[in-house]
Amino acid sequence: MENIVDLPVIAPPSSGCSSGSCGSTAQQMNSMSEDIRRRVQDHPCYSEEAHHHFARMHAAVAPACNIQCHYCNRKYDCANESRPGVVSELLTPDQAVKKTLAVAAAIPQMSVLGIAGPGDPLANPERTFATFRGLAEKAPDIKLCVSTNGLMLPDNVEELAKHNIDHVTITINCVDPEVGAKIYPWIFWKNQRIFGREAAEILIAQQQKGLEMLVAKGILVKVNSVMIPGVNDEHLKEVSRIVKAKGAFLHNVMPLIAEAEHGTFYGIMGQRSPSPDELKNLQDACEGDMNMMRHCRQCRADAVGLLGEDRGAEFTMDKVEAMTLDEDFLTTALEKRKVLREKVAAEMDAKRAKMHAPQAPAQAVITFQRRSVINEASAEFSAGRPVLMAVAAKGGLVAEHFGHAREFLIYEATAVGAKLVGHRKTELYCEGGDTCGDGESVLAKTIRALAGCEAVLCSKIGFEPWGELEAAGIRPNGEHAMEPIEEAVMAVWHEMLAAGKLNPPASERQVA
Amino acid sequence: MALEIIETCVNCWACEPLCPSKAIFEAKPHFLIDADKCTECLGDFAAAQCASICPIEGAIVNELNEPMNPAGSLTGIPPARWAQAQREISAR
Repeated sequence: MENIVDLPVIAPPSSGCSSGSCGSTAQQMNSMSEDIRRRVQDHPCYSEEAHHHFARMHAAVAPACNIQCHYCNRKYDCANESRPGVVSELLTPDQAVKKTLAVAAAIPQMSVLGIAGPGDPLANPERTFATFRGLAEKAPDIKLCVSTNGLMLPDNVEELAKHNIDHVTITINCVDPEVGAKIYPWIFWKNQRIFGREAAEILIAQQQKGLEMLVAKGILVKVNSVMIPGVNDEHLKEVSRIVKAKGAFLHNVMPLIAEAEHGTFYGIMGQRSPSPDELKNLQDACEGDMNMMRHCRQCRADAVGLLGEDRGAEFTMDKVEAMTLDEDFLTTALEKRKVLREKVAAEMDAKRAKMHAPQAPAQAVITFQRRSVINEASAEFSAGRPVLMAVAAKGGLVAEHFGHAREFLIYEATAVGAKLVGHRKTELYCEGGDTCGDGESVLAKTIRALAGCEAVLCSKIGFEPWGELEAAGIRPNGEHAMEPIEEAVMAVWHEMLAAGKLNPPASERQVA
Repeated sequence: MALEIIETCVNCWACEPLCPSKAIFEAKPHFLIDADKCTECLGDFAAAQCASICPIEGAIVNELNEPMNPAGSLTGIPPARWAQAQREISAR
């Protein structure tokens, strides 16, 4: 008679409360203090949940820069390139204010105006602050945000606080000047161009000082870091620890963008970008007490709209100049935004309340972990392994057709919940009409982009991609159309678990 | 004696506020230096300010038409490597 000891392991129920425990995206929101949560719940970059519902705009008013990074080239502005240092039109502060008001009226989900470039917003701060002043007067409900390399941050913290800027991002790629010397060829400091290690020392010191000063003022600080394999990939773990200790509340580790066509040092010299796996492993390693941002789209300094959906072309200056933005127009627009924000906040509160509701015992999935010598035929399964899934998403729901998705959100499903871990861009499979004939090579590219995912969730998918995806080991799933993403992902995970697909390999099973 | 901004200027605004003689002005297609006002920062700074912040190699030249920031001096890209990359890109 075998000595069998059954240890019940209760997994979360498969419906209703899928994001109920740690590791899930929504849990990230719940572990913040109430005060911070309220401040970030409608900022699409600071809150993963918010990015499904709210839009932001970047105003390109800051062209001058005071440093050089090996991943930036100031020469090119190409509409096809979506990289942070690139814009199509430089704006004066007045133009920026006008454009912001126009966008905020046309897109009521807009909650944030950020100044991120195309150079550094604090290199010549007058334009930056003039824009903020203009906006604070005409659209006081719009949050103000700024992203900087930090060199001139200590000099400007006082001014930032005075302008009610609630969110500041600093790009910190290193805390070790030896690493810095491989990222920054020069800085302009106290009327001189300084090169090499000395330049890096000054930049690092200023960034750290600026971070400390902002935190002391109660301003929310996000740290952006560019992951450059072989240069700072291991080092960023230490950066994460240090900025967390100093009070940064979010860390955004992004993959390097470097192609020879961009004419950047890294692009020309063949520095490679990290693979999605390498990026995720680093982000996972930095996660701990530190909140990691996983949904950054590395957008342009003139980006407009929901993350991943640039609507800049609708709001070029000539179009904006043609609009009349009088008092009535502005008041109506502000009202619309307020109503929408209240609605979304109510939805998010309801979702959070549901998460804390007592779980119905009948819905709990109970699995048993047997620790004994047993024959293979009666072996039971332990709690299942993590699964990556791609989601064609819109507004936080599985609401996009496979063929219409420009990007897929990547979720990791584990026994304790679903978490957004990144996104993968694709070319449009189906441009609509008669162009679907060219779809095949695009499909192959998409399948390659989704490598590592075991399922792709969408609202609808055609017959042609279905077969190819299945052949590539990515199970298409259109059965959860219009459902909230995390619920749908967990439902699919539980289906896979029940079908016996999530066992560890035989060699890993526990034996007594 | 004066420096000159040439057509590779990208209109980034970095130099204009720094000139102690207010010799730099916005123009189309690119910023220009008023040669009558430019002192090359002699007496004011150890190095010409505009040339010290300009990110574009070769965009500012001296009276002998020599680039204040020669190719490769700011980016770290050896000119030969740059030329090779351009050839490869055109060949695609």
